[in-house]
Amino acid sequence: MPDVKPRRLSDAEIAENFSDMHPPLSRAEALIEADRCYFCYDAPCTEACPTDIDIPGFIQKIRSDNINGAAHTILRENIMGGMCARVCPTEILCEEACVRMTHEEKPVRIGLLQRHATDPVFEEDVQLFTRGRETGKNVAVVGSGPAGLSCAHRLSMLGHNVVILNRDDKPGGLNEYGIAAYKTVNDFAQREAEWILSIGGIELRSGVALGDDFSLEQLREEYDAVFLAFGLGGTNRLNVANEDIDGVLNAVDYISQLRQADDKGDLPVGRNVVVIGGGMTAIDIAVQTKRLGSERVDIVYRRGPEQMGASQYEQEFAQTSGVHIQHWSQPKRLLVEDRVSGVEFERTTIDADGTLRSTGETWSLNADIVFKAVGQTANTHILGKLAKELRQQNGKLVVDDNRMTTLPDIWAGGDCIYGHDDLTVTAVQDGKIAAKAIDRYLAAGD
Amino acid sequence: MADLASEFLGIKSPNPFWLASAPPTDKAYNVNRAFEAGWGGAVWKTLGEDPPIVNVSGPRYGALHSNERRVIGFNNIELITDRPLQVNLDEMRQVKRDWPDRALVASVMLPMNEPTWAKYVPMIEDTGADAFELNFGCPHGMSERGMGAAVGQVPEYIQMAAEWCKKHATIPVIVKLTPNVTNILPPARAAWEGGADGVSLINTINSIMRVDYDSLTMYPATDGMGSHGGYCGSAVKPIALHMVAEIARHAETSRIPISGIGGIGDWRDAVDFIALGASNVQVCTAAMIYGFKIIDDLTDGLSNFLDDKGISSVDGLVGKAVQSVTDWQYLNLNHVEKAVIDQELCIKCGRCHIVCEDTSHQAITHTVNGERRFEVIDEECVGCNLCVSVCPVDGCITMQPLTSGVDPRTGQAIDSNKADWTTHPNNPMRKETS
Ligand SMILES: Cc1cc2nc3c(=O)[nH]c(=O)nc-3n(C[C@H](O)[C@H](O)[C@H](O)COP(=O)(O)OP(=O)(O)OC[C@H]3O[C@@H](n4cnc5c(N)ncnc54)[C@H](O)[C@@H]3O)c2cc1C
Ligand SMILES: Cc1cc2nc3c(=O)[nH]c(=O)nc-3n(C[C@H](O)[C@H](O)[C@H](O)COP(=O)(O)O)c2cc1C
Ligand code: SF4
Repeated sequence: MPDVKPRRLSDAEIAENFSDMHPPLSRAEALIEADRCYFCYDAPCTEACPTDIDIPGFIQKIRSDNINGAAHTILRENIMGGMCARVCPTEILCEEACVRMTHEEKPVRIGLLQRHATDPVFEEDVQLFTRGRETGKNVAVVGSGPAGLSCAHRLSMLGHNVVILNRDDKPGGLNEYGIAAYKTVNDFAQREAEWILSIGGIELRSGVALGDDFSLEQLREEYDAVFLAFGLGGTNRLNVANEDIDGVLNAVDYISQLRQADDKGDLPVGRNVVVIGGGMTAIDIAVQTKRLGSERVDIVYRRGPEQMGASQYEQEFAQTSGVHIQHWSQPKRLLVEDRVSGVEFERTTIDADGTLRSTGETWSLNADIVFKAVGQTANTHILGKLAKELRQQNGKLVVDDNRMTTLPDIWAGGDCIYGHDDLTVTAVQDGKIAAKAIDRYLAAGD
Repeated sequence: MADLASEFLGIKSPNPFWLASAPPTDKAYNVNRAFEAGWGGAVWKTLGEDPPIVNVSGPRYGALHSNERRVIGFNNIELITDRPLQVNLDEMRQVKRDWPDRALVASVMLPMNEPTWAKYVPMIEDTGADAFELNFGCPHGMSERGMGAAVGQVPEYIQMAAEWCKKHATIPVIVKLTPNVTNILPPARAAWEGGADGVSLINTINSIMRVDYDSLTMYPATDGMGSHGGYCGSAVKPIALHMVAEIARHAETSRIPISGIGGIGDWRDAVDFIALGASNVQVCTAAMIYGFKIIDDLTDGLSNFLDDKGISSVDGLVGKAVQSVTDWQYLNLNHVEKAVIDQELCIKCGRCHIVCEDTSHQAITHTVNGERRFEVIDEECVGCNLCVSVCPVDGCITMQPLTSGVDPRTGQAIDSNKADWTTHPNNPMRKETS
């Protein structure tokens, strides 16, 4: 009999399990940590930050108790410096590059310092940026995830009018619907989005979708420029029989429910859970379902630990959270009794030419719930007739260095573009770069 | 094990570490605890005439902190003892009786007339104290009454007070010098000519810590007003060392026994003072910051150091570095050093590059063959030591002498003969060499 039910844990346990993953530094801790920064020349950490934050510069300002100055240094390059401080995989970005890694294998905790500098801005609602002199130009931004909000904010600073057209009810994109709950507690995504929008000059229209409620041609007619940042819509399939039966769920859909739940205890939780995939989403669903009270959670990935999309740090985080990770196995078929009851896997290996192949050996796991976390795709069909004129690769939009598409008045950024690495921080950078390019384009048109 | 037993002006103590006259030696309770912890001696908190002075009841201390809140520098507006003379004398007598092997020195500050000295000196000596220390240093409060630094800045007064004290005392007299002078030699000489047996230095340096960023008043302040105080702690050590070395290396003062004071916190600081001419050392701020227990590291560290160096007693270290201190004009201008960066140790922070680039001689690369790499360009390096000073990795950048060949910066052959400014062709006042 399947064992799926809500409230596997007490309210207190759930609250504890979903509390802030990395609690903020106290002022004393921040000052001590800031003192560890060597103030490098041409700093490797800045080089490693996709948004080019002057990291030694902001840390110097923390040291001198110039917190608003530190926040400004961060946010002027990365308007989501608050969220990035919580969700960036710093272990493969700035902190990996920190020269203290060479010195003592303990980097300066840049992420936590960044949070220390930016938290007061949102807590006390300090407005650090002003809208530029009105240009009278109008730009449409499709999507209000990190890419869309970043682009909109920069455009407003440059004096343009922005209308954001957003499918979801709330702004923030995956910050609001996707990021693991313990990374962004206390409704931070909404506070941040509100703060970003409060610069003025940006109108947010929610609940309207490109392709359903309006078309790209209409936008091109009504606006001087368009920025597309609709993220990823579809999810990849396992391509096994019975994939649509009860108990087989898309990880991202469940995470979205979890993020929106008033009471996480209401969510149905399986006793034995199998997660199929090897990326950040697989780790996040596995750890979160474990923290909701699943007894046994296995991530099963078809290749080895080095090939996993999740970093070694994230794999270890999952393991120390009680999740089992199995490698070199892919689902062969779903075991069914009314609904899903398990998964049969076949072992895999890599051929000399690098192709993945089954060894023929099989094994299976019981499962009350199976989560699919095998990647997402962009819904480029929403582009309608113009899809032909917008070059795509692997189902994503191709852009140039300025994030311009193959149409001169349409830019794109974030997860929906080809080559994007599916990080919040790079989405923010895309929005910033595109906004600057759009500004140049609009100025040239005058 | 090296012998730490110390003798200064004939005063014996089990080690050369005395507590300087200050709050740690304010009363018997503290001094007993210090002696229990192992301190070699104590200079009692400065005594004065009754009625005792009064201290402010607001903040007396201010600190210069690192971000980790380590106290780097410390300042105070405390005056001399605020307790009646007799109370101090009774306690001193008791302490000396209980701790006969420790040095107990009476610090005094008295008005500038002989009868007062004649009256108090014998009274104080009667406690059994081993010596007097004349406090001519206190830079605040007391100098406004014509005592402390006000006396210490006038060599004639120093000499006069030293003479009076010597005349009425049978025990040794130490004169404690104020650093608030441009040249330390005249006060030291005056003390010696007045008959003092030795000098101790430094007392505290005139200072203001900072302002309060909210009220924009001086900080610390008493009821909105502040007054300059005396600066001490680690930050003053280099100033103190210079003054000690000046006395030790100049012929007219080199015979004067010195008790070194100022910023001593660990045994290495003590080595600095002793090697530059002090026979023993005194400590105040470090004890006020960490408590008396630091004596363990002071004694243990000094003893291990002497063992490593094969020196059997503290006396063997006294003045060892004095002959290496000279005037700039005698430095060998033919000696050439270049910075060398150990690429194995380099963590690639780039600080050496940016400081040399921005503020020195553009002698360190940041990119070599497209790689982030920091190398010294010998053609540009003047050997200034800036990069060594800022490098966060101990031992990564070192200065190494060029002993042969050509200096690529000047194109001149390395000359193993010494030549200094006194004979340099650019010196209009050069001495002609034959
Ligand atoms: C489960 C999960 C966990 C993750 N964890 C991390 C993490 O810890 N750290 C990290 O750096 N990154 C993480 N990521 C990746 C990160 O969230 C994304 O890279 C980032 O949000 C991409 O930003 P975006 O603006 O391109 O798209 P999204 O955030 O996806 O935003 C897309 C926006 O477009 C809107 N939209 C979609 N379709 C339409 C339409 N037809 N019309 C109008 N609007 C539309 C949506 O409503 C949404 O507001 C995670 C992703 C997932 C799925
Ligand atoms: C709070 C305080 C009070 C002091 N009071 C006296 C004093 O009464 N008499 C005196 O000779 N020196 C006094 N000093 C100076 C110290 O004895 C010592 O010379 C000076 O602090 C430098 O040494 P340090 O760096 O180890 O503290 C005082 C210093 C401090 C910090
Ligand atoms: S010693 Fe001075 S001049 Fe030479 S490399 Fe270092 S900083 Fe530059």
